[in-house]
Amino acid sequence: MTQEQSVGIVVPQTAHFSTPLPLKSGGTLAEYDLVYETYGTLNAARSNAVLVCHALSGSHHVAGRYADGTLGWWDNLVGPGKPLDTERFFVIGVNNLGGCYGSSGPNSINPATGKPWGADFPFVTVEDWVDAQARLADQLGIERFAAVVGGSLGGMQALSWTLQYPDRVAHALVIASAPKLTAQNIAFNEVARQAILKDPEFHGGHYYEHGVVPTRGLALARMVGHITYLSDDAMGQKFGRTLRHEKPVFSYDVEFEIESYLRYQGDKFAGFFDANTYLLTTKALDYYDPAFDYDGDLVAALGRAKADYLVVSFSTDWRFAPSRSREIVYALMHSDRRVSYAEIDCPAGHDSFLLDDAQYHAVLRAYIDNIKL
Amino acid sequence: MSFQRYDYDVISNWIEPGERILDLGCGDGSLLRYLKERRQVRGYGVENDPERVLACARNGINVIQIDLEQGLAGFDDGFFDHVIMSLSLQAMRNTQGILKEMLRVGHEAVVSFPNFAYWRHRQAILNGHMPVSKNLPYQWYDTPNVRFFTIADFETLCEQEGIAIHERLAFDEDKVIVEEPNFLASVALYRLGRNGSVAG
Repeated sequence: MTQEQSVGIVVPQTAHFSTPLPLKSGGTLAEYDLVYETYGTLNAARSNAVLVCHALSGSHHVAGRYADGTLGWWDNLVGPGKPLDTERFFVIGVNNLGGCYGSSGPNSINPATGKPWGADFPFVTVEDWVDAQARLADQLGIERFAAVVGGSLGGMQALSWTLQYPDRVAHALVIASAPKLTAQNIAFNEVARQAILKDPEFHGGHYYEHGVVPTRGLALARMVGHITYLSDDAMGQKFGRTLRHEKPVFSYDVEFEIESYLRYQGDKFAGFFDANTYLLTTKALDYYDPAFDYDGDLVAALGRAKADYLVVSFSTDWRFAPSRSREIVYALMHSDRRVSYAEIDCPAGHDSFLLDDAQYHAVLRAYIDNIKL
Repeated sequence: MSFQRYDYDVISNWIEPGERILDLGCGDGSLLRYLKERRQVRGYGVENDPERVLACARNGINVIQIDLEQGLAGFDDGFFDHVIMSLSLQAMRNTQGILKEMLRVGHEAVVSFPNFAYWRHRQAILNGHMPVSKNLPYQWYDTPNVRFFTIADFETLCEQEGIAIHERLAFDEDKVIVEEPNFLASVALYRLGRNGSVAG
C-alpha cells in the first residue's frame, strides 16, 4: 500500500458551457462556467472517475494545495494512498452553480447585462447542480462514475445522482446527510438568511454595485451555522465557560471564549464568502426532497436507482442526525439496493465528516477498495 | 470462525435460492457470504461492533450498524424471507422482543444457540464450575452472554410466545443428535414461524 501522500500543488480549471441549462425553478441559464479540479489519471476504460460533491461552504478545491498553501477541504481523504486513492481513481471536485469560487454565480457577470448577477441569479437546486455536473462529466468524457461521494449537502447530491442518472453512477457514498431537511433544520437556515437579508448593506442582493458587502449578516449566519455543526460536548470541551478576563466584567465585548470563537469564525467567513451564494445554497438545502413527487414515499422515489450505497453518520451529529441517515438506509434496503451503513462514534458533531477519525476512514477505505473498475 | 461451519450447511439448506435474508449479529459477514455464494441470496447483516462492521465492509457484505436491543424499527413487516440469528440470542438482553421482531420482519426466523443443559456443561456445574466449552468459550467474568438457557427452556418460551417450531436440528459438535437433545446436544438450530403459519 502506498504511504499516504498529498496530491501536491493543484491548479483549478474552468469549463464553459453554452448549451442552456433548464433549471428546476423554471428558468434557464443560457451559458455558464464551472470551475473544477482533478486528481489522478483517467484510465483508458474511463471507468475510474469519482466525483466529490461539496457542502454549503465547500468548493472545487478538494485535495492538494494551491501555491499560496491553501489546503483542499477533504485533503485527508483524497490523495495517493489515502482512502480515496488517487493512484487508483480519477477524482473530480467541482464548484456548484451559484457558488462564489469561480463557477457562475451571483458574484459573476451576467452576460446579458454586463453587470454582476446579484439577486437576479436564478434559484438553483441539488438537481440542477447534478445536471450541470453531468455536463461537465460529458465534457471530460466520463460516461459513468465509479462513485459519487459527498457529505452533508454533498451527500444529497450523491443520492440525487443515483436517481437522476441511474446508469451513470456505480456507487454513492452518502455521508452525514439526510433525505430531506427537518423543520428545525430549515429554521436554522431561515435565521441565517434573515441575518443576511436584514443587513442594511444587502441592498436587495445588489450590494456589488454599491461597493459594499453585508458582512455583519453573513457573519451572523455563519455563527448560527457553526453552533449547529458542533456537538454540545465538543463545544463544552473546547471552550467550556472559560472567561477571557477570568471573572465577569459585565460587558458585551468578548468575555467567554466561545464568543471569541464564533465572532472569529463569522468574520473570517464574511471576508471571503458571498452572501447571495449563502442564501441560494441554504434554499437548495431546504428544497431538496426527492420523495416530494412520490407523496413522500422515499422507497418509491428510490425505485429508479441502480447504484450500490455506503451511508455513514456520526453519533453526535444533531444537525444531520444518525436517524436521518437510517431513513435513507431503510428506504434503500426496501428498494432492494445494496447498502451498508456505519454509525461512527465521533464527538465532533456534524463537522466529524471532515475529520480523519480512524474508524470512519477505515470504513470508507474498505468500501472504496471493493469498488470494481 | 471457520468458513465451513456445519451450522452454515443447515441454514443454507433451509433457504431457497434468491431469498431476501437478514442476519442479526452477522459478525464479519461470513455466513452471509456463504449464503450469497451457495444460495445467491440478497442479504443484509446487522452488527453493532465497529470492528465487525469494518470486517463486513472489507468482505463486501451489506452491513447495517444498529443496536439490536432497540429492535428493528424501520424494517418493514414481512420484508425478509428469513431472519437469522446465529449463536447470538444468548447475548441479547431483550430475548422476547427480538424474537417477536424477527418474526415481524421475516416470514421465518432461523435461530441457533448453545445449549446450557448439554451434559458436559452439567458436569462442569456438578464439579462446581461454570461451564467453559467450544460453544461457551468464555469465563464467567468476561462472557458477552447475558441469557443462559436450555433447549427445553427455549421451547417453553416458544410455546408461551405463540412461536411455531417448524424444524429443529440439534448437534454435538458436528454430529446430529436425535435422542435426548437437551442432554446430549451442545447446539440447537431452529426454523421458527408465526403461530398459525404453515410449516414449510
